[in-house]
Amino acid sequence: MNLYARRKLLNVFNLTASVLATAFGLFFLVWLLWVLFARGFAHLDPALFTHDMPGPGSEGGGLRNAITGSLMLTVLGVIFGAPLGVMAGIYLSEYGRGGWLAATVRFVSDILLSAPSIVIGVFVYEIMVAPLGGFSGWSGAVALAIIALPVILRTTEDMMLLVPDTMREAAAALGAPRWKVITRVVLRAARSGVMTGILLSVARISGETAPLLFTALNNQFFSLDMSRPMANLPVTIFNFAMGPYDNWHDLAWAGSLLITLVVLGLNILTRAFLRGGNQKG
Amino acid sequence: MRGWDLGDTRMNDTSANPRGGALGDTLFRGASLVAALTVLAVLGAIILMLVKGSMPALGKFGFLHFITSAEWNPVTEQFGALSPITGTLVSSAIAIIIGLPVSFGIALFITELCPVWLKRPVGTAIELLAAIPSIIYGMWGLFVFAPFFAEHIQPLLTATLGRLPVIGALFEGPPLGISVFTAGVILAIMIIPFIASVMRDVFNTVRRELRESAYGLGCTTWEVVWKVVLPVTRAGVTGAVMLGLGRALGETMAVTFVIGNSHDLNTGLFWPGNSIASTIANEFTEADGEIYTSSLIALGLVLFLITFIVLSLARIMLIRMSRQDGAKS
Repeated sequence: MNLYARRKLLNVFNLTASVLATAFGLFFLVWLLWVLFARGFAHLDPALFTHDMPGPGSEGGGLRNAITGSLMLTVLGVIFGAPLGVMAGIYLSEYGRGGWLAATVRFVSDILLSAPSIVIGVFVYEIMVAPLGGFSGWSGAVALAIIALPVILRTTEDMMLLVPDTMREAAAALGAPRWKVITRVVLRAARSGVMTGILLSVARISGETAPLLFTALNNQFFSLDMSRPMANLPVTIFNFAMGPYDNWHDLAWAGSLLITLVVLGLNILTRAFLRGGNQKG
Repeated sequence: MRGWDLGDTRMNDTSANPRGGALGDTLFRGASLVAALTVLAVLGAIILMLVKGSMPALGKFGFLHFITSAEWNPVTEQFGALSPITGTLVSSAIAIIIGLPVSFGIALFITELCPVWLKRPVGTAIELLAAIPSIIYGMWGLFVFAPFFAEHIQPLLTATLGRLPVIGALFEGPPLGISVFTAGVILAIMIIPFIASVMRDVFNTVRRELRESAYGLGCTTWEVVWKVVLPVTRAGVTGAVMLGLGRALGETMAVTFVIGNSHDLNTGLFWPGNSIASTIANEFTEADGEIYTSSLIALGLVLFLITFIVLSLARIMLIRMSRQDGAKS
């Protein structure tokens, strides 16, 4: 075989492999979603939202307490994490630009973004659960906030940097103090981007399991008391999947489908949000 | 991008801002600075608390003995981390071996082959794979993938690779589908979207002229990617792989479902094993006694240190990469 034919063959072979690799990746997405719908959709009924978790061996049941708990933990996690994340993002894009402190904070935040979430759970256990003497919804919310923080920080910084400096200079030339330039001009221009970051952080923390295992723990009963163990979907799925009962497995699949729909829905929503925002700008 | 520097002295001068902007400026700047410092404080506090929590165990066993001993016995209170550390490293290595070529293929497809109208849908689909929570991968892994793997893929591997000398011993174990190898395969699927999307972004930074001049010399698409794009983006590609490795090392739930949670060490990859994260997830709430809890926290410290180093290297590579093309453009 001459050199020319060999080069062509290698090219065709490797490009085919590349197409197959993409098909391989997409195949798993389809497989996962198909399994989730096949096993979870039948149990996605009103009882899921109106009944509490069944005890060992009892029939039926739903996930009302877990869904409520997950909502509360996620919302509180974002309420704790978002102001910190947005303010830190503002520091990086407005005050610390080019400085060593901003570079360090950005580096550390990027590491926290990918840090093992189970370690965050152990950390919150040590600073809150052990000293306060018990598992609680509050500690779960703090653990989720630590995971949301770097997501929000990074998007806020990126989105505020997209605002042209001429807008800042124009506002400053009109005599506006710097904090007004930032809050009334820059933040307003970057509003949809910052909201996207917050939504992405909701998507990220609503499926997190590991940091809740030793903080919010779980609760078989309906409870709105944040100072006590709190039911939540991810840990319930984990416990039910490992349990021996068929109705537990069914509920775990229904819960998995529910979480996946929420997370993928939020992700697609933020994409649409960003594209719309960009077109307007 | 660095033009936004209006000089703080003038901005904070009250006489220039008769409506009292100075106080507002000081407060706002202070608040944002505190928020930024909180990020550093969180990292510092995590390391501090992990070190403090693991002191009783490390003091009793010694760090070197702790990470080299394979004994894990809550009854006699003897704890060594060799088995979880091995499981973490081996399952992550399997994930990279499978995930790296596939991710490269996907990035190559999206940047070089894909028709423009298909780029966004394929890119989005791959990124959605990254957004699915790990507990879902765990459910799917335990109930669907592990049985499938045990029935179809494992016998195939044992019959082919298992017959080879030396490495054949790796492909042995009971036909359960619950094993270090299964965990590695599921980790591979989980990290593929991360590596692929960073690689895609990195490939897209290569200047058009470089590609076009290579094509102009008569290169095939493969030669352009292999001999021009890849050498130029070496630092970024390494960063992408390290980022994926960092994810794989710390992944908890998906691994906990399928790895089998056994403290035995085996050469065969089809035997159940455990990882640092899965050991903590399984045993932390049940651990009684100071030394047991402290040993688990020490495991967390080891995991955090390993991922910290890997992720730092990943970031340094990616920062170097972005500086490089900043200088070029």
